[in-house]
Amino acid sequence: MPTLKELAKRPERLTPGHRLCAGCGAPIAVRLILAAADKPVVAANATGCLEVSTTIFPYTAWNIPWIHSAFENAAATIAGVESMYRAKRKRGEIEEEIYFVAFGGDGGTYDIGLQALSGALERGHRFLYVCYNNEAYMNTGIQRSSATPLGAWTTTSPVGRVLPGKTQWRKNLTEIVAAHGIPYVAQSVASNWRDLVAKAEKAFRTDGPSFINVLASCNRGWRHEPSETLKIMQLAVDCCVWPLYEVENGVYRLTYKPKEKKPVEEWLRVQGRFRHLLAPENRHLVEAFQRYIDEEWERLLKRCGEA
Amino acid sequence: MSKVLGLNGNAAAAHAMRQINPHVVAAYPITPQTDCVERFAEFVSEGLVDTEFVTVESEHSALSACIGAAAAGGRVMTATSSQGLALMWEMLYIAASMRLPIVMMVVNRALSGNINIHCDHSDTMGARDAGWIQLFSENAQEVYDNMIQAVRIAEDMRVRLPVMVTQDGFIISHAVERVELLDDDAVKNFVGPYRPLYPLLDVRNPVTYGPLDLFDYYFEHKRSEIEAIDNCLPVIEEVGKEFGKLSGRSYGLLEEYRLEDAEYTVVALGSTCGTAKEAVDRLRDRGKKVGLLKIRCFRPFPKDEVIRALAPRKGVAVLDRSVVFGGFGGPVFTEIRSALYDLPSRPLVIDFYYGLGGRDVYVEDIEKAFARIEEVVRAGRVEKHIDYLGLRE
Repeated sequence: MPTLKELAKRPERLTPGHRLCAGCGAPIAVRLILAAADKPVVAANATGCLEVSTTIFPYTAWNIPWIHSAFENAAATIAGVESMYRAKRKRGEIEEEIYFVAFGGDGGTYDIGLQALSGALERGHRFLYVCYNNEAYMNTGIQRSSATPLGAWTTTSPVGRVLPGKTQWRKNLTEIVAAHGIPYVAQSVASNWRDLVAKAEKAFRTDGPSFINVLASCNRGWRHEPSETLKIMQLAVDCCVWPLYEVENGVYRLTYKPKEKKPVEEWLRVQGRFRHLLAPENRHLVEAFQRYIDEEWERLLKRCGEA
Repeated sequence: MSKVLGLNGNAAAAHAMRQINPHVVAAYPITPQTDCVERFAEFVSEGLVDTEFVTVESEHSALSACIGAAAAGGRVMTATSSQGLALMWEMLYIAASMRLPIVMMVVNRALSGNINIHCDHSDTMGARDAGWIQLFSENAQEVYDNMIQAVRIAEDMRVRLPVMVTQDGFIISHAVERVELLDDDAVKNFVGPYRPLYPLLDVRNPVTYGPLDLFDYYFEHKRSEIEAIDNCLPVIEEVGKEFGKLSGRSYGLLEEYRLEDAEYTVVALGSTCGTAKEAVDRLRDRGKKVGLLKIRCFRPFPKDEVIRALAPRKGVAVLDRSVVFGGFGGPVFTEIRSALYDLPSRPLVIDFYYGLGGRDVYVEDIEKAFARIEEVVRAGRVEKHIDYLGLRE
């Protein structure tokens, strides 16, 4: 695990000058993850904010080989790149060791890209898949995905006279990926550099598929000030809305345990997308949210041998 | 020394793939292509190739993996059919735009619905505007020969585009024929080593593939893609001639069968050309001046060669094995008729939809097409541009 000083000296693989919004969690996650790689990296990217904002032709912010082809296929694309690498190694046409990573948002991973991801995991390619999860389709203008939490306002789960935002709970993708039995699965957050870098380093060194689900705030979609990004992501962790853990060869381990588990309301209150939940008539939704979180947290603690 | 085997079209394609020994094959099974993928899997399993065989979970991922692999910098192949090609549709355009020399064998099969596993050309014709080179095959030998040439065409530095080699479902893919295979070494030398262009695996020279390309550059990029595919006609001819020197079987963009003095011509693609040759022979025996124009290369469309071949004819009957719903004739008809438009004196052209969903086409059907075009020419005008062969009304 490199120190912060060492990390700061590593070459920038996603360079300044990209056009992601101020306050976006995605580039924080990407820069930390790429800094954790101690060997050359080739990246694939699903369609999404990260892709469109970093490569407006004739410019590119990527200092590493990078490919984007479509929305639902980042895992299949990187699987192809990695297969070519193995073919060339086998024939003695390439010597050096290279890491492979795919970046996709929650839309490109939880929803449209789930099949390609599952296929690539099952086939056992040696690559890291990173889901930068901002809990909705932000690139197209804040539409709900299957990662969007209960009660959140989005443009396709608007708050109206009849409906109070999204009416479904989010699905647990990290567990779905873990069920593939791949060697390394983790959940992390862009606000905790130490946690994210340690996990990325482990993932890159894994001989097989690895997966990290990183919570990365979108201040435009979550409705908060750009300066609040780190604080709000950390609050998600401290409220146990987004627990930090890893599953290494099937063994669960909690990598961060809040000293004091905060009520989810503290996290909901600071984001405009949940503002309507604070109204007295929606009290039951906040309670339902808290119940979900408590149940998930208890289940996780048991799995991690902490309960 | 070449070797003669009894092979069906799928096996002929699989043997070509074995001899080409690509770095990566990513494929998904679909009737009637499955047999090709199974045979190739056996070659992998027996250690007869060094290929990384990626058994993907869908055709969309098959072509996505091919795109990643080709951009990484090596030789890549795949195979599909019908719904599989339809599922790849999004990625077809991307593969061509990235100028990736992927070779794909397509077994022509009708598109759903209703579901049908037999031959027509609706799958390949649905992909005709995607920027891929499209070569049609008349029989299993041509499938084998086209697969080998496709690698050279795709990877030529003047081309760098993906190529589809098609064969008719079941009619070619599952019928055993006499196929002459070249020596493994002869194929290896003919295709040569792969020459990477901007490979992703060159980590010291990082490149960005697939950026956001807006109104300020996208149009120019499409213009260069148009030029690229237009420029590859001479390369296809060159490779066809060179292959002829190696194998004794030369290839051009078209094949003209008894066309020299023909007044009436049928135009067809794929296995129907064999049937049409028989019809031409029979009619010639009866003193009719008829011939066949077989289109081997449909994309890019060899306009000048088609004009040269058809300009002196009195009448042309086009056979279309796929339909354009709501359009003015099938895809082959519209190309042919449009190509002939500027001629000061041009043949009359009619279109026949035929063979959809694997409906058999007989020598007699093609004789009917010849009879009709002769009538049309005698009448001096086309009353019905589009008609059907072998349809129960």
